[in-house]
Amino acid sequence: MYARALKPLALLTAAAVALTFGLIFFWAPLDADQGFIQKIFYLHVPMAIVALLGFLAAGIMAAMHLRTRDRRWDMRSYVAVHLSIILAVGVLVTGSIWAKASWGHWWVWSEPVLVSFLITFLLYAVYQPLRFSIDDPDRQGRSASVFAIAGAAFTVLNFVAVRMAEAYTHPRVFSQTGGNMPPRMFVTFLVALVAMALVFATLWTLELGSKTASERLRRARRIRDREAERTELVGARATVERPPTAAGATVPTATPTAAPR
Amino acid sequence: MPALPFDTAAPYVAAAYLVFLALVFVYVAIIARKVGRLERELAELERADGEREP
Repeated sequence: MYARALKPLALLTAAAVALTFGLIFFWAPLDADQGFIQKIFYLHVPMAIVALLGFLAAGIMAAMHLRTRDRRWDMRSYVAVHLSIILAVGVLVTGSIWAKASWGHWWVWSEPVLVSFLITFLLYAVYQPLRFSIDDPDRQGRSASVFAIAGAAFTVLNFVAVRMAEAYTHPRVFSQTGGNMPPRMFVTFLVALVAMALVFATLWTLELGSKTASERLRRARRIRDREAERTELVGARATVERPPTAAGATVPTATPTAAPR
Repeated sequence: MPALPFDTAAPYVAAAYLVFLALVFVYVAIIARKVGRLERELAELERADGEREP
C-alpha cells in the first residue's frame, strides 16, 4: 500500500525541493536588513512549522488509535513523532547557525520562541524511551498514544503562549500585519513550506512502509514457527501411537532403574 | 547588527542547508539499510519454506 504511493510522492518531493532551491537562490530578493543570511529563513521556518504540525498530527493519530484500537494508527503516530523529532533537531541546529550569524550568539536563553521550542523537543525526546520501556505491545501502544495526545495539546498551548508573549529578538513570521514580506519572498516561503511538507510525507510513507513490512515478516515467521511446532508434535504423536509390529508387541520403553554401584 | 557581507554569510547559509540535507540523507540511508535487511530475511524465509515443501 505504502510502496505504491512512495514513488510518485518521492518524485513530486524531489521536484518541489529543486523548485524551492531555485526560487530561494535565484528568484527571491535579498533581505534589505539581513542580506544573504536571511536565506536560512526559507529552510528554518518551514521546518519548524512542519515539525510542530507533525507533533499535532501524531496526537490526532494517537487519538484515532485509542478510539479504534487499530494498531496501525499507533504506528502512524509513532512514525510522525519520530520524523518530527528529526526535523526539530534540524530546526534547533539551523536556528543556532542563523542566531550566531545574525545576533552573534549560538543561543539566546531570554527568547521565548527558542526556549519553548527546545522544551517541546525535550518533551518529545522522552517519547521513544517511554515507548520502548514497556514490553507488552498493547500497553506500549496505549501509553505512547496518551503521551502523543498530551504532547500535541502541550505543543498547541506552547505555541499560543509564545505568540502572546513579548518578542525580544526572534521575528514573527505571520504577524497581524501580514509578516511584512514582499510578494516574491512570501511566494518562495509558501513553496518552501509545501516542499517541506512533501519531504515529511515522503519520509513518513517510507518509514511506515518499512515498519509495516517488518511487522508482516515477523507475523509470517511466527506462523511458520507455529506450523513447524505443530508438525513436530504430530510426528512425535504418530511415533508414540504406532501399531505393534508383526514380530510381536512394541518394545516398551525401559523404565530407568537405579544403576548398580 | 548590520547585514553580514556575502562572503561572511555564505558559509553559515551553506552550513544550514547542509545540515538539512545531511539529516535527510542519513535518515534515508538508515531506512534503506533496514529495507535491505528485511529483503534478506524475506529471502531466507522463502528459502526455508521452499526446503520444507516436498
